[in-house]
Amino acid sequence: MKKFFIGFAFVSLLIAGVLSYFASGDPDGLDKTVEDTGIAEHAQEHPFSGSTFADYALGGDDKFTGLAGVLGVVVVLAVSFGLFWVLRKKSDA
Amino acid sequence: MHMSDGLLNAPVSVVLLAIAAAGVGFALVKARVDLDDRTAPMAGLVATFIFAVQMINFPILPGASGHLLGGALAAILVGPYVGALCVTIVLVVQALLFADGGLTALGANITNMALIGTASGFLVAVALRKVAERGKGGLAAVAFVSAFVNTLLAATGFVVEYAIGGAGGVEIGKVALLMWGLHALIGIGEGLITAVTVTSVASIRPDLVHLLKGSRKPLEVRS
Repeated sequence: MKKFFIGFAFVSLLIAGVLSYFASGDPDGLDKTVEDTGIAEHAQEHPFSGSTFADYALGGDDKFTGLAGVLGVVVVLAVSFGLFWVLRKKSDA
Repeated sequence: MHMSDGLLNAPVSVVLLAIAAAGVGFALVKARVDLDDRTAPMAGLVATFIFAVQMINFPILPGASGHLLGGALAAILVGPYVGALCVTIVLVVQALLFADGGLTALGANITNMALIGTASGFLVAVALRKVAERGKGGLAAVAFVSAFVNTLLAATGFVVEYAIGGAGGVEIGKVALLMWGLHALIGIGEGLITAVTVTSVASIRPDLVHLLKGSRKPLEVRS
């Protein structure tokens, strides 16, 4: 049981930490739609666009995308595991 | 599919924040039934996996890409309520930590990807459960179709929201055509990723696939 969970976490780390360097930089479907129609002109700057890890980089340097990805994996795992562990039914109750 | 702030007007954004809050609140209450010592860690890993895979934009056309939304994937593996929470956590972390997806747009983004995406993916998967129980091929097909539908319906969420209160007054037919055309292609990617992920989990730990619960003799619980 533990082996599966560790393996699953490792796969996520590998995807976010390494495979992320090979991601397409082109706009996604929604971004492409709003760019091609001019809706994007109304988009506002993200309030946190100047933050350390904005756009999955480190201070705007996307050489560190993998690092940002690993950080994201750790944060999402901690938050979600914590929430779901608290919400769960106790099995030995 | 993460909207920036400003694409929808304030009233629509506020209504969508309220819808998202209500939906997530409902999911928080209902999720408890599907969470135990075994599925809670699994749910955390599903959220983590969705975050990681969402970083991987895959090309669909010259100049356009797509990424996994994860609604059907989460719903099939951990159920619709826990699944909606998984996608929500991913969206909140992306918006707060990585400035990906606006803050006033968070309600819209949660509504489209976490609520509409997960609910639609789950409904399709449940409707096709008999096919999924037939074996690996059946499960892969059901995962593909539910993921394809979740992508198109999440995209439709944006089309509807834009029609009600979008900025710029672009003709809605034009927006719909682009959104549906691009997301039909993205949906194929979503379908493939979901099919591979779900069948991989099912071949190692079929007891951890929510959709298949009760479909076979109870497996020995290994610890």
